[in-house]
Amino acid sequence: MTPGDNEGACRILVGLLEARTGQALAPDRIWRIETALKPVMRNHAIDTLDSLVAKLASEGNRGLVDEVIDALLNNESYFFRDHIVFDELNDRVFEDLRVSNAATRTMSVWMAGCSTGQEAYSIAMMLADAPHKWRGWTIRLVATDISHSAIVKAQSGLYTQFEIQRGLSVTRMVRWFDQEGSDWRIKEELRNRVDFYQHSLLSQAPPAGPFDVILCRNVLLYFAKAVRTEVFSRLHSVLARNGVLGLGAGETILGQTEDFVPSGTYRGLYRRADAPAARARPIAAAK
Amino acid sequence: MKSCLVVDDSKVIRKVARHILEGLDFAVAEACDGQEALDACHESVPDVVLLDWNMPVMSGMEFLQALNGLNLPNRPKIVFCTTENGIAHIRAAIDAGADEYVMKPFDRDTLEGKLQLVGVA
Ligand SMILES: C[S@@+](CC[C@H](N)C(=O)[O-])C[C@H]1O[C@@H](n2cnc3c(N)ncnc32)[C@H](O)[C@@H]1O
Ligand SMILES: [Mg+2]
Repeated sequence: MTPGDNEGACRILVGLLEARTGQALAPDRIWRIETALKPVMRNHAIDTLDSLVAKLASEGNRGLVDEVIDALLNNESYFFRDHIVFDELNDRVFEDLRVSNAATRTMSVWMAGCSTGQEAYSIAMMLADAPHKWRGWTIRLVATDISHSAIVKAQSGLYTQFEIQRGLSVTRMVRWFDQEGSDWRIKEELRNRVDFYQHSLLSQAPPAGPFDVILCRNVLLYFAKAVRTEVFSRLHSVLARNGVLGLGAGETILGQTEDFVPSGTYRGLYRRADAPAARARPIAAAK
Repeated sequence: MKSCLVVDDSKVIRKVARHILEGLDFAVAEACDGQEALDACHESVPDVVLLDWNMPVMSGMEFLQALNGLNLPNRPKIVFCTTENGIAHIRAAIDAGADEYVMKPFDRDTLEGKLQLVGVA
């Protein structure tokens, strides 16, 4: 079979994905549509992409639509992905928040497009590994994703041997996970720290802010530019005035939005364009 | 260029590991068991040892204990790489001073991530 055989069906599926999620399928992934959908088709005893498309078009198939969307989304994630960002958050951003938020002793982080939970649990582990710093604090960790199956997995906190050792140190693995057969499950204490739920950046209002930190990493990459700009403005609307935005390693705000500018204080992170620039540091002390 | 000593009684594993490590710009040496690995460390100490557990002659754990006894000033980082994937083995390895632990099977990303964690990649 050549990719051309399914061109019509593929085009419809790509259109469906984009309409529902904002994600445009990269050209190098289009030919993998059929492979990605094989399990869904097998479950529903559907033989060809054409009959899948036909079935999607008939009414009462919302469940099937969701399954197809989930199968087409790129859910790749791993613990402490691009660890420099986590180091910067841990060593500098959170330290500064400890000072700036000391009066209320509250901190909030939103992970938008959290996939199967590795990013959120990485943050939760960093905080839990420094309990003396956060004693008495109320920390809100909100993690959302459009994919139902990703959120279910994130909530279960259950990872395969392959997933658990990607990016995660062995000491953290044994400290924060219990072995279940060949899989590993996050400890209850940590799982309870993160509030996971299904949410679309495209069509739903963001969770109630303001957030001190928003991570939206490796999500906007495949959005059309106009959609990206719109999403940036939504993120801006719930980021605290002095809040920090983190994107994926290959992502930028350049030419995408006027709402954010490089932080100036924190490496690789962004701040609101309408926020005061980095706190004035006494450069040459006044006489 | 960082150096890695691959210690495994399986020729296939050594070959796979070598291929990945050379792709990550490591100078690679090989040993078939713990004793050979100790001898190699007497010759020259690598930056990191990728260490199988079950091997004839001398196991990975015996190697690690012997290495600890040498009190080298420049002790290599130790990354276990084994099919012993149970929590008891993992804890024993950490207690004996292993720096990281790779559960076989592994791939390039897993290995690279672990090498970054111990600070050699
Ligand atoms: C490649 S994963 C990135 C996961 C994690 N942020 C990371 O960097 O490791 C991208 C995630 O974005 C989610 N996503 C895609 N479009 C979305 C949308 N419109 N609203 C919310 N999440 C979306 C996908 O379901 C997927 O789980
Ligand atoms: Mg062996």
